[in-house]
Amino acid sequence: MKRELPLAITAAIGVFMILSFFVPHQAVSVPADFLQASAIIVVAFGYVLGGANVLRVNFDGIYKRQPDWPYKILLLAGLIVTFAIGAIDGVEQHGGFLDQGTRSKWIYDNLYSPMSATMFSLLAFFIASAAFRAFRIRTVEAGLLALAALLVMLGRVPVGDLATHWLPAPARLGAIQDWIMNVPQNAAKRAILIGAALGVMATGLRVILGIERSYLSGEE
Amino acid sequence: MTKPRWSQRSRSACLGSLCFLAAIVPGPLTAQTAPAPAGNHPQPPAPASGLEAHDAPNDAGRAVDLKWSLSPEDRPGAKRVVHYYVERATKPSGPWAVVDSVPAGTSTKSDQTVRRDTNYFYRITAVGPGGTTAALSVTGPVRASSQWVNTTRASVLVFSAMFFAFVLYFIRSAEKGKKPFVRRIAGIDAIEEAIGRATEMGRSVLYIPGILDIDDIQTVAGLVILESVARLTAKYQTPITVPVTYPIPFTIAEEMVKGGYLHAGRPEQYDPNSVRFVSPEQFAYVAAVTGIMLRDRPAAHIFMGSFYAESLLLAETGFATGAIQVAGTANVHQLPFFVVACDYTLIGEELYAASAYLSGEPKLVGSLKGADLMKIAIVTTVVVGCLLESLGIHALTLWMTTQ
Repeated sequence: MKRELPLAITAAIGVFMILSFFVPHQAVSVPADFLQASAIIVVAFGYVLGGANVLRVNFDGIYKRQPDWPYKILLLAGLIVTFAIGAIDGVEQHGGFLDQGTRSKWIYDNLYSPMSATMFSLLAFFIASAAFRAFRIRTVEAGLLALAALLVMLGRVPVGDLATHWLPAPARLGAIQDWIMNVPQNAAKRAILIGAALGVMATGLRVILGIERSYLSGEE
Repeated sequence: MTKPRWSQRSRSACLGSLCFLAAIVPGPLTAQTAPAPAGNHPQPPAPASGLEAHDAPNDAGRAVDLKWSLSPEDRPGAKRVVHYYVERATKPSGPWAVVDSVPAGTSTKSDQTVRRDTNYFYRITAVGPGGTTAALSVTGPVRASSQWVNTTRASVLVFSAMFFAFVLYFIRSAEKGKKPFVRRIAGIDAIEEAIGRATEMGRSVLYIPGILDIDDIQTVAGLVILESVARLTAKYQTPITVPVTYPIPFTIAEEMVKGGYLHAGRPEQYDPNSVRFVSPEQFAYVAAVTGIMLRDRPAAHIFMGSFYAESLLLAETGFATGAIQVAGTANVHQLPFFVVACDYTLIGEELYAASAYLSGEPKLVGSLKGADLMKIAIVTTVVVGCLLESLGIHALTLWMTTQ
């Protein structure tokens, strides 16, 4: 019963949600919208469990003096202070804790956003190092990849077309890069997307039919 | 210099405001033709005509589709019409309320602010520099009603039914003992190899189930694979760390790892701190995970799920630590990054096949065969569609166009 009931609920709701894709009538669409909106309640309880996990893992790390444990103190202090300020702002602003002028908004703009942007900006350096490895020509396939990349990169900047303006229009770098992106690249991308879409449906069907049931834990 | 009086300064502004109010206030004010004074001032534009209003098909009674003929003076460059007001009333005599405005040259509008099963009357008012001109007649009544079947999705229904039939058939035949053949997938085989290597080195395994919530099916696939990975780490007695972004995947990941240890017969080895809730914020998550990679030095990194800009940040950091890396995602724009930075990459559908492949359970493997058969059906449809389009027959394309 412990496994059958969740499986039955999953199957019933899964079939109902599939039905809502084909039946726009309010008898189906309104309950379907309600079910989707209700997920927020489950998520709210999930955050309590998540918060408890963060506290447990990091207090444990501090207690056991794990490597770099002082950073865990900083993390916990940040968590508790941000939560407390958010709660106070939420009460004062009647829920609008990220309104202009609140302390939470200041934390978001002046601490969170710059740190997030810093992490994101590292991507430029990682792309450079990854591209360096990707374009090393060790096989025929790698050679084709490097050649295609070179043509696309040159074709996408004005100098590429300028250098080949004396050629007939279809042989210019801009036209060649267009062809590479629109024909072989697009064909491969769509093939991957079609395969992935079928995989999505197969996974969904396995979950709805209760064939894929590992998410219900191992207890029989 | 004398300061101008308020009335002098503001007269033109007041007139402008009145015109503006006349334009936006619903009711008789906008319903009337408002000619500009004679003289050099331009005249109001000629009215729009031929308004047709229909219940929007294939919806839950939430829209009315409108179509009209433009004012004869609405021509490119003429500047006689600036925009049209779409006005609505529940009686033909009004009062009229402006539902929306559309720029000159537009002759269709879907009113999505209607109440279901309520009669409405519509009219179109042309607005120009010289004033406004209401349509000569009103159209209605029209009522938005709910439909039971979205007919534009018939093709999806047919293909879905075919797909489900294929999958169920192969699952059934697998249950009868006819296990279908599945080709070897190097990336999935590499998962056990990576865990074995971590065991030999006495280091942990890092498993990342993507960065999206449980409503993304890739996260579901990533979490299902996690159960098999946890089973292997339990078998080899190798610690596993699973940092998770959202609370619901976090609770499921806990169950998966716990289940894996239970199935491997080693429930006592399950570490409650192995699954960690980190943060739903993308780059906060990156900071935490790269920190784990650099501090704990796991020997194997497994990325399975949905990834975005963080894919390369994580995979390159992992590459720098020298860990063996296996990735799988259906996000096509992130695949090149994983191909470059990881040792093995599962591409698209291989991610969804991984759990069936790893478990080897005939019923799960049967579903893969159903997907293969469906691919043949899709390729056939694409070829037939291309041929028909080349011959100028658009029936198949139209049937497959959905709303």
